[in-house]
Amino acid sequence: MSVKVKIDGIEVEVEPGTSILNAARQIGGDIVPPAMCYYSKLKDSGGKCRTCLVKVSKGSEKDPRPMPKLVASCRTAVMDGMEVQNITSPEVLEARKGIVEMLLINHPLDCPICDQAGECDLQNLAFDHGAVKTRYEFDRRTFEKIDIGDKIQLHMTRCILCYRCVFVADQITDHRIHGILNRGDHSEISTYIQHAVDNDFSGNVIDVCPVGALTDKTFRFKNRVWFTKPVQAHRDCDKCCGKVTLWYKGEEVLRVTARKDQYGEVEEFICNTCRFDKKKTSDWVIEGPSKVSHKSVISSNHYEFKPLPVVKTNPLLREANEEQFERDTRL
Amino acid sequence: MARKLLLEHINVPGINTLDVYRSKGGYASVEKALKTMSPEDVVEEVKKSGLRGRGGAGFPTGMKWSFLAKPEGVARYLVCNADESEPGTFKDRYLMNYIPHLLIEGMIVSSFALGAKVSYIYVRGEMMPQIRILEKAIAEAKNAGFLGKNILGSGYDLELYVQPGGGAYICGEETALLESLEGKRGNPRIKPPFPAIAGLYGCPTVVNNVESIAAVVPIINEGGEEYSKIGVGRSTGTKLISAGGNVKKPGVYEIDLGLPVEEFLYSDEFCGGIANGKRLKAVVAGGSSVPILPANLFLKTINNEPRLMSYESLADGGFVTGTMLGSGGFIAFDEDQCIVRNTWNFTRFYHHESCGQCSPCREGTGWMEKVLHRLENGHGSLSDMDLLVDVSKKIEGNTICPLGDAAAWPVASAIRHFRDEFEWHVTNASEAVTRNFGLAHYADPLTKKEAVA
Repeated sequence: MSVKVKIDGIEVEVEPGTSILNAARQIGGDIVPPAMCYYSKLKDSGGKCRTCLVKVSKGSEKDPRPMPKLVASCRTAVMDGMEVQNITSPEVLEARKGIVEMLLINHPLDCPICDQAGECDLQNLAFDHGAVKTRYEFDRRTFEKIDIGDKIQLHMTRCILCYRCVFVADQITDHRIHGILNRGDHSEISTYIQHAVDNDFSGNVIDVCPVGALTDKTFRFKNRVWFTKPVQAHRDCDKCCGKVTLWYKGEEVLRVTARKDQYGEVEEFICNTCRFDKKKTSDWVIEGPSKVSHKSVISSNHYEFKPLPVVKTNPLLREANEEQFERDTRL
Repeated sequence: MARKLLLEHINVPGINTLDVYRSKGGYASVEKALKTMSPEDVVEEVKKSGLRGRGGAGFPTGMKWSFLAKPEGVARYLVCNADESEPGTFKDRYLMNYIPHLLIEGMIVSSFALGAKVSYIYVRGEMMPQIRILEKAIAEAKNAGFLGKNILGSGYDLELYVQPGGGAYICGEETALLESLEGKRGNPRIKPPFPAIAGLYGCPTVVNNVESIAAVVPIINEGGEEYSKIGVGRSTGTKLISAGGNVKKPGVYEIDLGLPVEEFLYSDEFCGGIANGKRLKAVVAGGSSVPILPANLFLKTINNEPRLMSYESLADGGFVTGTMLGSGGFIAFDEDQCIVRNTWNFTRFYHHESCGQCSPCREGTGWMEKVLHRLENGHGSLSDMDLLVDVSKKIEGNTICPLGDAAAWPVASAIRHFRDEFEWHVTNASEAVTRNFGLAHYADPLTKKEAVA
């Protein structure tokens, strides 16, 4: 039993109950809406950042009325015969542009000194969907930096309140001691009285953070990510899967993170021992260099260079492209 | 003078006690409903009455009740939304303060209709006196056997609890209210699922405004047919309007829906006209979140028909030349009031009350507030108006809950109707901080139907 859904004119069959976003990810390519707060590994995440808004131009086969408002694709389940417009709808692009602008008005734009620069979801989002200039002319909100434990630093000024770290603390770790204080644009992630977050999986909040609000204190200001080489490695760990990415500068392991997929989501969460304490090559079994997208700044100096692929993984686009290529070469 | 249904006995001394309330025919609807009617009959009566939600959206109450899922073995809840915090609206507080038994009577009948064994009244935290009054009234009702086990020998059990909130505007949104009632942070939930399917503790729940629940009492007493004869068109029954601003006699008035706004504003029975012999400049008809209208468009619709106090007539003209009845927070502005300052004040409220969950509302309300503050204080520029309209458009419709819309509408409508005043704040900045713009042409009669883009 599967349902058919059309996203930007491309049809895909998915399981009932799949969200529009995940259906789009099954197609892949440019039609995947960006997501800043949704995280497939975390239950109940999503719906907050509103960057994944799409237009539902046909509700379903039974009820073909379009939905009156743009909907958050990460939290809207597909229906049989649903038709969704993402990049083909100017309304969606306009709304998304506005939301990127809103996300950036209280974000400090201190990318030159931010450790996340180069692997920051917000940077990518702003580059792909944002406007050139902001129209915001006022002071941005600022907060003091807070240490949550001796390994993690919280720089609330950069936070976009995606709630991902709250879900991590809620779902991965035993008891939650951090959450959101206050409301509106002065709300903040906090442990309330600077309580140390010290359980074995707390380091994962660094990986899920889409911006540089939660950073690894063992890596802070050591290096830019694009000067380091990601290498896949694993070790026997009794707490977690032990599958990680090591980030090398020369011979030295600068940091350890979980492995991330193409949407910037970790594949499996790792424990703090692997993340913070095992920083010698001898601790690990090296598997080989990580695949880095040609679009990423991290790939800028190293690894096999592939010419930019003219077609995406989408078979329909590829077919159309081959036809185009043939026509062009014939002339 | 039209008959009052809710506030009929409001001036009887001691009406807040059970004995006096009983002597005035109180709790008759409980006896009628529990002894002679089935729950389905009650829902049917409410449907027939055409009662529409009095909290702001105006969704038919009977329809809402019939949407409630009724799976076997799962509890159902009725929650009364008494988190009244819309600027300009104070009718629910008035009702709970002076005639608390009316709400409790309505809660019993409504809970019976929905099959709820436990019901809650979620009252805003600032209304501590009203919470005490309600708790006292509940204790009285319980002693008299209207609450608890086996009410009036009908075999129906009901426990009624009053829950104080923390005083957040956002907890008046139904899903945020349920989150708060569950003891969590009051963030609105993402719909679907709607509360009728999965609400409080994951069980089917109906959330109704205080006034909607109170209106069930006269509906049961007199029958839905009789109730639906009051009013005009699809706006049936009576409505409490909290009149405020520069009127001679501010206060809570019960009107029949369909009363001409001119009569409401100028007759001595109601507001009594504008105070101090001034003239009307603008009106916010239903609480701060509905679009503001200049005097001429408020008294007459764009087609030069007199406007009535009803859901349809106030919405005549859509968002271009119309407004909404909303929750009935009627605010009149006289010629000395500054619309820019008022808009800034409203926006400041929404900035303060935004929950911070979704980005357009969290960031956009603060942005609008800062721009309006700059305009009001004479540091604005002419492009600010377009900026505000654009920001409000980016917020509207893109948020999880209606707070984003509520923040965007007053700004968009104020600029639509009072753009010259905003411009005057820029061009005559030094004057704007010392005196007000005045009436301009806002009270002039509408001459011809304008072509609307």
